[in-house]
Amino acid sequence: MRERVIEVSDLRKSYGDVEAVRGISFHVERGEVFAMLGPNGAGKTTTTEILEGYRVPSGGSASVLGHDPARRERSLKERMGIVLQSTGIDPFLTVAESIEMYAGYYPSRRPTDEVIDVVGLSEKRDTRVNKLSGGQQRRLDVAIALAGDPELLFLDEPTTGFDPSARRNAWEVVKNLIAIGKTVFLTTHFMDEAQYLADRVIVIANGLIVAEGPPASLAGRDQMRTRIRFRLPETAPHPDGPVRRLADGSLEIDVDATDTTKAVHDLTGWALDRGVVLESLEITQPSLEDVYLQLTGAEVGM
Amino acid sequence: MNDVALTARQVRYTNTAFWRNPQAAFFTFAFPLMFLVIFTALLGKGTVTLDSGLEFNQSTYYVASMSAFAIITACYTNLAISVTFQRDAGILKRTRGTPLPGYDYLAARVTHAILIALILVAICSAFGAIFYGADIPTGVALMQTVAVVLIGAGSFAALGLAITALIPNAEAAPAEVNATILPLLFISGVFIPVENAPKWVDVVGKIFPVRHLVEAYLGAYYGQPLFDFSWRDVGVVALWGVAGIVFAARRFSWEPRR
Repeated sequence: MRERVIEVSDLRKSYGDVEAVRGISFHVERGEVFAMLGPNGAGKTTTTEILEGYRVPSGGSASVLGHDPARRERSLKERMGIVLQSTGIDPFLTVAESIEMYAGYYPSRRPTDEVIDVVGLSEKRDTRVNKLSGGQQRRLDVAIALAGDPELLFLDEPTTGFDPSARRNAWEVVKNLIAIGKTVFLTTHFMDEAQYLADRVIVIANGLIVAEGPPASLAGRDQMRTRIRFRLPETAPHPDGPVRRLADGSLEIDVDATDTTKAVHDLTGWALDRGVVLESLEITQPSLEDVYLQLTGAEVGM
Repeated sequence: MNDVALTARQVRYTNTAFWRNPQAAFFTFAFPLMFLVIFTALLGKGTVTLDSGLEFNQSTYYVASMSAFAIITACYTNLAISVTFQRDAGILKRTRGTPLPGYDYLAARVTHAILIALILVAICSAFGAIFYGADIPTGVALMQTVAVVLIGAGSFAALGLAITALIPNAEAAPAEVNATILPLLFISGVFIPVENAPKWVDVVGKIFPVRHLVEAYLGAYYGQPLFDFSWRDVGVVALWGVAGIVFAARRFSWEPRR
């Protein structure tokens, strides 16, 4: 078993009468990307900020790199990098100066230019922070968190507010972090982000864990039924079996995941035999989003 | 790095950022000078009769009182508002998540405020010497003046950090900071000499550090026979400073309250 970098047991946090985190347990292993997925207000940031040492839990325990984060020990902070959900940088320093300033707080550092390169800000090296776009500032956040060469990185919703291409770039940055051996604790409310980046995911809703596992098999997603959808010309005959007709006129078949291959074979064989064209043929597995909406259903639309 | 090296390094970054905001820097320095010119033009033609019966030019009085004002502006008003803005911007929270000890960060902010106060006082003194014939002290008086500036600046910076604990967010900062300091500036002889003021002004003013800073500065800067320099005034200012440090240490907040 790999070393457990984070260990959380029955963690709870109340603000007055409101219980934001209601007893959650999980662990993060060295070298993995661990994602905490959930809607706004689910308790993600509260949990993250307990692990970062900003909040003291009301109950349960949390251990980060063998330390109790609530003690805010310098020796722990020297080994972790934090990208907060919303945070500022002095607007009048340049990209390189900001990174150097923060790097100076840590005993071990990565070279400034290497860090700038990892986040793709080389062209902006000597630009002042107030001249950067929102996405560039977010990448600088990541660069600053990396500057002290931490073993463990917290990324709290690192791509919220990004346009799609900036999000892709940010994902590449995180992939680069994994390549250089970091452990990453990520929170997000984007399913595709968790799917693309995470080795393991927990889904949290209303302060409780509602599912956990690798994104591909989360909540039995790999066991769920596959959906085959196609259109037929008006004159064509109907295939046998349980076929539904949808409002837009297309047809749909649901099959067990294990039967998908055979079902597709049967359907296409049937079409070939009759010389029928299956228009707009689609074979879809339930997306992580389907699973997520199902799991957090009560909370969606808050 | 030890605390002193970390603090010194942080002062350098604070200073770099300070001078890169030229408008803020310009008005930090222009403000006390502007007041010096305005008050002297409006009220500085005459003389003040001191308790001792001696007469004193109001223009030279203002050179000293505006130096005290400059110390308070740089260390109390500006520091409190700037720290509150940094807190709202999340800069303090970010710093809190790094290994830099919080007191090193705050020590750097205080040190930088004291440096700005020193420059401000130097400008006021030079201006006063050139335009109002207010001689710059030498020898012991100069040492005493420097001591008053350093202790005064440090104490008001500590109070500036302390007040941020009572300010919920940056929008509230200018109003709260001014509400706490402006009345004191008026009843403590900074803008208007209080030699002939009603009794209550005298009594209330002497509770707070502003009046003592002004008197310590006048005493150190001009000295005998016009003014007595008393370490007691410096001591009262320092006590307020210590109270500010104690309060800030217990209550300083790294995140805004909303």
